[in-house]
Order: sequence, then C-alpha cells, then structure tokens
Amino acid sequence: MIDRSFIGHALPSFIVTPDHRGLRAFARASAQPDLVYSNPEVARANGFPDCPVPPTYLFCLEMEGPDPTAMRRLLNIDIARVLHGEQHFTYHAPAFAGEALHFEPVILDIYDKKNGALEFVVRQTLVWRSDRERVATLRNTTVVRNG
Amino acid sequence: MVEHFSNALQVGDTLPEFLAPPITRHTLALYCGASSDHNPIHVDIDFARAAGMPDVIAHGMLGMAYLGHVLSAVTPVQALRSYGVRFVAVTHVGDSLRCTAEVVGLEEREGERVARLTLCVMDQHGQVKLLGEAEIALRPSITA
Repeated sequence: MIDRSFIGHALPSFIVTPDHRGLRAFARASAQPDLVYSNPEVARANGFPDCPVPPTYLFCLEMEGPDPTAMRRLLNIDIARVLHGEQHFTYHAPAFAGEALHFEPVILDIYDKKNGALEFVVRQTLVWRSDRERVATLRNTTVVRNG
Repeated sequence: MVEHFSNALQVGDTLPEFLAPPITRHTLALYCGASSDHNPIHVDIDFARAAGMPDVIAHGMLGMAYLGHVLSAVTPVQALRSYGVRFVAVTHVGDSLRCTAEVVGLEEREGERVARLTLCVMDQHGQVKLLGEAEIALRPSITA
C-alpha cells in the first residue's frame, strides 16, 4: 500500500520553457490541424505574441521537468503498474512559446478501491508565469494496479 | 486558422467531429518523443508483455490531444476555461478514434457566459475510450 502520509506532500518545483521545436513535434504527433500552435507567423497573424501552448501540452511540459520520476520514486510505484485514470486542466491565462513556466506539484490525495487492488494518487500542479500570473491548474489521477 | 463560432453555441449543438488517423506504432513513437511521456508500455512490446499486456497501449493523453482539436476548432485557446477527461478504456494499435462534443449548458459565471460541453472519444467499434467535459467562455475576458 502507498504510504498515505504523503497526502499533502509538495514535490520539487521547477521551471520549463516551451519552445518552437517542441511545439512543432507535438503538433505533428497529435495530428494538430491548426497551424497557430506550431507556426509563429500564423500565430502572430492571429493576434498572439507567439505560438500558444495547446490545451493538453502543459501535461507534457510537466514531464520535461528535471525529474519526471520524482513522484513514482517517492511513493515507490512501479511504472509497469501505472495507468492514467483522469486528467483535468483549469485554464487561467494562455501560455506562449518562449515563456518560462513554473510548475508546483503537490500530492493531493491517495486512496484505494477493491480492497487495495487499485490505488489512486491525485496530483495537483499549479503553473505560473514568472510575473506570478496563474496559467493553469492541472489535476492528474494515476492508477496503480496491485493485482 | 479555423473559423471560430463559439459565441453562437446553443444547448444541444454538436461540434464538428475530429476523426484521428488509425493509430500505428509509429504514431506512438512520435507521441512518446513529442510528449516527453517515455513510459515504455506505450512503445516497447517486450516491456508491455512483461507487464502482463498483450501489446503496447496508446497514451491516454494522445486521445485527449485529439479530443482537444474539437474544442480548438471552434474557440480561440484563451477562451477555454477547463478541460477534463476520464480514461475509460485502453486504446490499442490500429484503433481509429472519433472525437465528439455536445453543448449541454450555457451559464453566466464571474461576468462571462460559459458553455458547458460533454466530450467523448470512441473507437471504430463504438467502444468508449475517454469521457470528458469542458467549459468555454463565449465572450473571452482575456485577450492575447
């Protein structure tokens, strides 16, 4: 069983800056039909300062941090047993290529179902710009198969 | 750039669907690199088998990215207020995902009109893979 005392534990915060190369690769990999997310000229023609970060890419940027395995190692979770249960984004302000984004993850909850056969870890990550304007709040539910 | 028409949304409206190309191992390799989600269960069949799976499984977030195209086709990114999904079933190599959205509510919140949508991703057999919801501001208070 995952140690419930880690509920409320803050994971190390970090800064990631989305760049054009990453946004182009993500657009290609996700069959993105709108060039505004990958071509800065198209973005500017549409009134944006640069390419906006697409809605789910903040989750990817969170994994570009210095140690994407931090939570699994802290909680002693085997990567072969994890499934993605739920993912939620609340958006406060759009983020753009070239802006440094601050990620602050916290373990919000740990619980189990089916007498521990499935355990759930809920992580909430606040994303800020350097001027402390809020960008988004991410909520991730990881499922661990113990069966 | 697509034409945005979210200000005209009405309850009961369905948005234009996004039909993703069939998922190949190449799709998953590209998404693995581009997303920084390097869990080998998505790209390494030996690892997947050792973990008790018959084959690799698609990243749930790939389906969520496809589903997001339905939203961004009708609204500028700065009008999206929230977007969430539950991963209901695993997506396999060969699956063709169909992403749909329906407006289920219009409400006033913090000085702006917000459309609530329910979202669904199904495979080619009609099996539900993702269920979700999103909120779109119809008169964005934040401009780029």
